[in-house]
Amino acid sequence: MTGLFDGLVFESWILHALIWLPLAGIPVVLLAGEERAKEVAFGWTLGLFVVSLGLWWAFDPAGPLFQLQSSVPWVEMWGVNYALGIDGISLFMILLTTFTMPIAILGSFRYIRERQRGFYALMLLLQTGIVGVFASMDLFLFYVFFELTLVPMYFIVGVWGGERRIYAAVKFFLYTALGSLLMLVGILYLYWQANLANGFASFHVLDLLGTPLSLTEQLWLFGAFALAFAIKVPIFPLHTWLPDAHVEAPTPGSVVLAAVLLKMGTYGFLRFVLPFFPEASAHPTVVMVMLTLGVIGIIYAALVAAVQPDAKKLVAYTSVAHMGFVVLGIFALNVNGLQGGLVVMISHGISTGALFLILGMLYERRHTRRIEDFGGLARVAPLLATALVLTAMASIGVPGTSGFVGEFLALVGTFEKYPVMAFLAALGVIFAAFYMLPMVQRVLFNKLDRKENRTMPDLSGREIAVLSPLLLLMVVLGVYPAPVLERLEPGVRAIVEWVEEGQTGALRSAREAHALEAELATEELDGPGRALLHRFEGVEPPLPQPTRTEEGELGRSALVAFPQTPAAPTEIFTVTSGDQD
Amino acid sequence: MTEPARTTTEALAATAQAGSGFDPVLPGIILLLPLLGFLLNGILALVAGSRSATALRLAALAEPDSEEERVDHQHEVGAPKRATHTLPTWIGPGVMLLAFVLTAANFLRMLGADLHDAVVISYWSWMPTGALSVDAAIQLDQLSMIMMMVITGVGFLIHVFSVGYMKDDPGYPRYFAYLNLFVFFMLVLVTGANFPVMFVGWEGVGLCSYLLIGFWFQDREKADAGKKAFIVNRIGDVGLLMAMFILFSTFGTLNYGEIFAAAPTTLVYGGGVVTAITLFLLLGAAGKSAQIPLYVWLPDAMAGPTPVSALIHAATMVTAGVYLVARASVLFALAPVGAAAVATIGALTALFAATIALKQYDIKKVLAYSTVSQLGFMFMGVGVGAYAAGVFHLMTHAFFKALLFLGAGAVIHSMHHALHATHKDWDAQDMRNMGGLRRPMKWTWIFMWIATLAIAGIWPFAGFFSKDEIIWYVGTSAPFGPLYAVLWGMAVVTALLTAFYMTRMMILTFHGPNRTGEAERKHLHEAPLTMTIPLGVLAILSIFGGWINVPESVRNSFFGGFGLLPMSEWLHDWLLPVTAAADAIRLEQMGAYAYQSPIGGGHVTWGFIATGLALAVVILASRLFLSRDVKTALEEGEPTSGIGKLLYNKWYVDEFYDRIIVQPVIGISRFSWRVVDRVLIDGTVNAVGAVSRGAGWFGSLFQTGQLNTYAFILALGALALLGVLIL
Repeated sequence: MTGLFDGLVFESWILHALIWLPLAGIPVVLLAGEERAKEVAFGWTLGLFVVSLGLWWAFDPAGPLFQLQSSVPWVEMWGVNYALGIDGISLFMILLTTFTMPIAILGSFRYIRERQRGFYALMLLLQTGIVGVFASMDLFLFYVFFELTLVPMYFIVGVWGGERRIYAAVKFFLYTALGSLLMLVGILYLYWQANLANGFASFHVLDLLGTPLSLTEQLWLFGAFALAFAIKVPIFPLHTWLPDAHVEAPTPGSVVLAAVLLKMGTYGFLRFVLPFFPEASAHPTVVMVMLTLGVIGIIYAALVAAVQPDAKKLVAYTSVAHMGFVVLGIFALNVNGLQGGLVVMISHGISTGALFLILGMLYERRHTRRIEDFGGLARVAPLLATALVLTAMASIGVPGTSGFVGEFLALVGTFEKYPVMAFLAALGVIFAAFYMLPMVQRVLFNKLDRKENRTMPDLSGREIAVLSPLLLLMVVLGVYPAPVLERLEPGVRAIVEWVEEGQTGALRSAREAHALEAELATEELDGPGRALLHRFEGVEPPLPQPTRTEEGELGRSALVAFPQTPAAPTEIFTVTSGDQD
Repeated sequence: MTEPARTTTEALAATAQAGSGFDPVLPGIILLLPLLGFLLNGILALVAGSRSATALRLAALAEPDSEEERVDHQHEVGAPKRATHTLPTWIGPGVMLLAFVLTAANFLRMLGADLHDAVVISYWSWMPTGALSVDAAIQLDQLSMIMMMVITGVGFLIHVFSVGYMKDDPGYPRYFAYLNLFVFFMLVLVTGANFPVMFVGWEGVGLCSYLLIGFWFQDREKADAGKKAFIVNRIGDVGLLMAMFILFSTFGTLNYGEIFAAAPTTLVYGGGVVTAITLFLLLGAAGKSAQIPLYVWLPDAMAGPTPVSALIHAATMVTAGVYLVARASVLFALAPVGAAAVATIGALTALFAATIALKQYDIKKVLAYSTVSQLGFMFMGVGVGAYAAGVFHLMTHAFFKALLFLGAGAVIHSMHHALHATHKDWDAQDMRNMGGLRRPMKWTWIFMWIATLAIAGIWPFAGFFSKDEIIWYVGTSAPFGPLYAVLWGMAVVTALLTAFYMTRMMILTFHGPNRTGEAERKHLHEAPLTMTIPLGVLAILSIFGGWINVPESVRNSFFGGFGLLPMSEWLHDWLLPVTAAADAIRLEQMGAYAYQSPIGGGHVTWGFIATGLALAVVILASRLFLSRDVKTALEEGEPTSGIGKLLYNKWYVDEFYDRIIVQPVIGISRFSWRVVDRVLIDGTVNAVGAVSRGAGWFGSLFQTGQLNTYAFILALGALALLGVLIL
């Protein structure tokens, strides 16, 4: 069938294209000239979004855990591979990125007036970094992309930002760079231990999975990784870079920061921290600390948001509160909680992105972000008012919008194990109304008592085009989130089973499949791959290689002795998925 | 996306088998009609809004220094009506009429069928994840059908009334958009087949309430009132969320059918789990139904247009708490503490609100506190296990309270026009500025007296039967504990207070000499037909609505015409499929009612006593206020001392909450921001900050020249290298 053929070709290039095509757009933008740069950048990212929609079909919800996998050696000596692959979680993070980018760029047409070529080139560079982060299956590659996103963001805030842009940019850079450095140490240690256990060097995520580590080692490594990601999320009390960065960043910078960049932190927890350090992640003390920080984030940030005179800062603090729900959902360590956390991530990306866009539109009109400078705008700008009210409702999680689905599931998941935490977090529902409604009222309602506001134009056609896809998604995801939940569930379930049920489940299967494939590829049939192969052929496996079982039974020996039959070999070799027949 | 359609047909096929003769007619369309109305009116509202915004901008450009436009509603009189104004007149009430007709058709079908189990129609899978599976599903049974009849029926009448009441308002299409959206969410609330879908309606009506209370948002007080309603309601919503979490962790599902079927065997009678569930449900119910301690938003909600007060803040939304308790009757029957808490909260609220109503001068405030008080009665009813009585009072209250509010609306409308005609700066809602309105507004006067006699509990009006039944059941619960004797006493006192403050309101408004002023008097007029006809229909319902649930003993007495009434306890029997399980649990665990009041006497005897006392109060109060020389609001001013001042200021509860809760929260917020965030955390960061400052200086170097481009190219180079290595 031609469908099969096309599908195969499509699936082999789509991830590479989504990473590298933004980069390829940079010369185009630079050559386009100052005046045309924004249109070119918009067209380019819009095209990329259309391409990325192909992921929806390329990704088979019923297929194996990691799909569209590919791996090319990069630095062979160190075992660094250019290895890509996605599960349902990465799928939506990538889609969120490709969806946000053209909207952020279209939303910046009037905001960015100077050095436009440079700005849009940086935005494209940023997209490469972000998509790379979400598509990497190699820890080293991930780290490179993770750090790469810092550079364009630093310049976006530092060059095109507001008055205190230097302070904000440096604060942002130092906070995150500090965390990343510690993580780098952790990565190298983990890599070294895995190297010892595996007998070969590899940064591949599936090779690092199940590295034998003592609980103490796990806790230290958890700390190193978690710090880096906690800064990114951000988790209280590491959040103070965010309000400054948001306030000073130009609108598109804020949009991308809130919608996608923060998600790299929570994504890091899901993809690396929990799977690499399952015992530390499920350690009661660690869980309680993380849940407590999540709850503090929810309530504390909501309270602080409520007294902000600057609308943009208010929204920045609400981000901290929302991400608190994500942390809660993740460390509930069950399917509902993680699903909820992920939906909050997506929903927050949409609603907070929209809030920053709307505030940016107000700033372009009035050159102020102070709430008290507005008032009564619903009379002169009914379209803007409608958009803001709907977005505010989605942001505070009114049912029927995407915000509710996420918070509800995260709380359901949390409640199953930690009812008191869930109760405290549920209070955030009140505080959300407490910070959002007064802001809405003071901007849109009350008297239209400022002369400057009385001539304020309503949304332009371009602005309607920017906001309507976001508004539509808020409602669609609130009413019919099932397609998203379905695709997220396998990835979520894999993490939960791995962490909570003794490293079983789909992650284990994926790891075994990966090992077997690697063995077959190199035709060195004396590793664990040999063991598996022998099992499939009905042959007794040879004795496992000596591993450091005394440090923990999570090594390869445990893997070899694993009694269950992994996924059927045919499935293992099915890297692509759309080709059932 | 074809999946929803499949599940629908499957569900329909399944229900057709188990439907026991009840085959619903287009139930989904009943919900979709008001939603469609919202979308159409919403588009018109945006068109109209944009047009008036343009006009506003042009005016501001022409006269940039002109005075800020006066905050006023209802004053674009005389201009020719545009399509954005004429279309909502037909769309708004039109979709409601269609919805009512469809509901009535379903109601008649259900009447003819012998339906034991609810018909559940599942449209699509809403939140399928892990062990949780929540469908977008609606449920038709006797309880939801009664609620739908009230919502679409009374809702339609109020939509028609609104056509007259709001016709000069520039926000006319927006008004109907909100009103239609409200009805949609209200229908979702009562038809949802599981707790989360109900919660969609629950918060949805709260959202519409917020938008409609603050409908005239230019007025800061009104916008504040909307905000307050939303936030206070959210406190209750946390209770509802918690109840859902406990239910899910206990039952593994959130569907009504499965929970209520499994509850008697899964939950321990009187156990901690079910008690917690019911107390959290009560918190939610208290929020939405304005009970102590969360009642404070409802009186402020009167800032909204008066038909909104009638529909949302009297007839439908605020009764959602009563619906919730009746819906979860099995759970409340299993939790005696929870049920007793419902009854106690109800009695306290009823009495407390009635005392405040005694001393209010704003006609809508009197009705608002009266509503809080009557909701307390309903809570008492469902709290003592008389679910049918609670729903019965919910229904009759919807008739006579909607009538009272709409009547008050007609009065305010008339007063407003009269005061506006002479530009008199008086309060159009203060009863001290009214008086003698029975002459210009004869029909409104008659209709409102009917409603007043109904709410006062005087035979044969609707309120007599429903309120009497609740008081009766509270009193006859005395064997379950001395608490109920006390509650009974409070209920009787409250009923008499009700008769008193309602008579006071009627006398001050319609009787005695007119105090509006010489010039204004001739502008006072009866409301147009679009307003008086709905009043008339509601008046008829307020007279006869009580006859559908007359107890057998009463039916055979004087009050039922010695058996002339064709049926007894119809509503009770009709709701039995919903409440039977709870009744059985209560009977088994607590025993039977005493069937006499705590101080003796049967139902009929107390019927005589109650109506006699109420009538006496009405007559006495009439004499008292007719003989009093009432001063206008300006002359009299606020009460300055004694109990009158305390009641006039509503026991200072708002001030108390402000000092105990609101201000401390704001204080903590400020502290968190200024001290914790700024000083503690950022202080530490900046102190690490020799580094920070140094790097800041270093970073600033990058801003001066073309260095950013340089670093940028460096990053590009690294990536290019990566690319080369791959290829």
